[in-house]
Amino acid sequence: MKSMGQTQEDYYRGVRMVPYDLVKELTIALAGVGVLAILFAAFLSSPDVHPVTIATWSQSDPVDFVTTATGELAGTTTSAGYGQPYNSTPDAAQTWGPIAPQVWLGVRIPVDSANAFVIEPLKHASVGDATLGTALTQWQGAASTQQGTWLDNYTKALADATTADGKVSVASGDYGPLPAMMSTLLGVAQTGGLDGLLVITGRFYQTDYTQPLLFMGDGGYLDSLATNEHLTGDLWGMMNETGLYPGQTWLWLYTMWYQVPPFTSDTGFLGLNAGNADLGIIVLMTVLTFLLALVPFIPILRDIPRWLPIHRLIWRSYYSKKTSAPART
Amino acid sequence: MSETAKSAPTGASAASPSSNPSRSWTLRVRQAIDSHLPMDHLLPDRQPYYIGSWVYVFGVVTIAALVWVIVSGVVLSFFGPQWWHDSSVGRFFNSLHFWSVQLFFIFMVLHLWGQYFMAGWRQGRAATWMIGVVIFGISILTAFTGYLSQQNFASQFVALNAKDAMNGAGIGAFFNVLNFGQMYGLHVMLLPIGVTFLVVAHIVMVRARGVVKPIDAEGSARP
Repeated sequence: MKSMGQTQEDYYRGVRMVPYDLVKELTIALAGVGVLAILFAAFLSSPDVHPVTIATWSQSDPVDFVTTATGELAGTTTSAGYGQPYNSTPDAAQTWGPIAPQVWLGVRIPVDSANAFVIEPLKHASVGDATLGTALTQWQGAASTQQGTWLDNYTKALADATTADGKVSVASGDYGPLPAMMSTLLGVAQTGGLDGLLVITGRFYQTDYTQPLLFMGDGGYLDSLATNEHLTGDLWGMMNETGLYPGQTWLWLYTMWYQVPPFTSDTGFLGLNAGNADLGIIVLMTVLTFLLALVPFIPILRDIPRWLPIHRLIWRSYYSKKTSAPART
Repeated sequence: MSETAKSAPTGASAASPSSNPSRSWTLRVRQAIDSHLPMDHLLPDRQPYYIGSWVYVFGVVTIAALVWVIVSGVVLSFFGPQWWHDSSVGRFFNSLHFWSVQLFFIFMVLHLWGQYFMAGWRQGRAATWMIGVVIFGISILTAFTGYLSQQNFASQFVALNAKDAMNGAGIGAFFNVLNFGQMYGLHVMLLPIGVTFLVVAHIVMVRARGVVKPIDAEGSARP
């Protein structure tokens, strides 16, 4: 090949050439790596902890489920006040000075958590259930201040809720139709009905789990399981895997930034802080990736290999011959 | 083959207005390939003596691991998601895919570090290095969508956490990590095609230019 005015033959002129079998090397590599992978697969298997469903969540921790559903109605959950791309909650999106891509791209995946996770499933369940139908009518006919009072009272009462036979009980109080609504929603969830209702959304075929995942993410149950599996963010979660299996260890640099200032600080530095850490770290990693790609053109970075003697270990035969005798052609 | 085809001239330089070498795109492409990547460069049987170092093995074992990743991935995609959870054979191929990916990344990172300390971008090879970095980036994205497509608890939790990073940067508006269909499609189709295409380009560039000489007479690690 002609390279920079040279053919490969010109480039290697004066360098001793030795027999080399590329195909044999690749074949041996394929066999060796294959044996290694097969042995790992046969003896260590792979991680496969069963996914959490809304049914298992509501069965295992009904109080957390009902508290989360009540929070969706109150608009106090993460999803309800998330901002773009799910809704347009003011000042919820991450920004860095004038840089606000989350806002710029708008609400692309609309999620109305109160309606999607609670009201609409209850409407489905209310067919043939006069008590629930009356409760829903009462809820939807009430003024927002009245709804707020019921929600506030019920949320406080849930802190001391008890469970028996999978049902949630709270002390007597002014909760309006909420106990009836939540009791039915809990029942639907425990039978697995809510898993389906949150995914179907009017279609037969579906592969989009945005709604059930957001709903489960608003609760505390999934997070507690993740803590047990060392998956949470403060445990470098993105690069971890369940059990003792290796995860995405190649994300170490990305996850590291979440553990250090300014991304752990409320006050931050140069406008970067814990509140906009996601945006800041993505920008930082993009810059670092470009720097890695441009290493050949960046002084100091491109000179480090020459300064460090590691190349002398790599090409040990070349440098030993160079000092002892001239290369033969 | 027809009689007409059998009797057609076989020489590339057969003289006729339609086969004028200067106008034939086909001939020009072939001449360019012959000039830039002759077969003895693509499949060499002789190399400089200084390639007798273990560092050079990292590149070829990375390719070997990629082949196992693709083969096991094709089997998994053929039988579908339920298969790799519900059957022992499916579970084995899922494990084979999982460990092949781990080996692929280990070897690729070793290859990357090796090339860095060899300043492998020297003497006209900067583009080869840059394409290698792009391959590394797309491979991370491919593995990420793979972890999201596992359909297990880790997939759920990684997706829920990753959405904040994607949404915060605005990427989540069109790259929804909670949408299994989108992640699975990207993982089994578009991203592997991207990785494979770039790996082929990377190998062709390495073979076309040959391996770089040791850091020596030129005295610097500049391109």
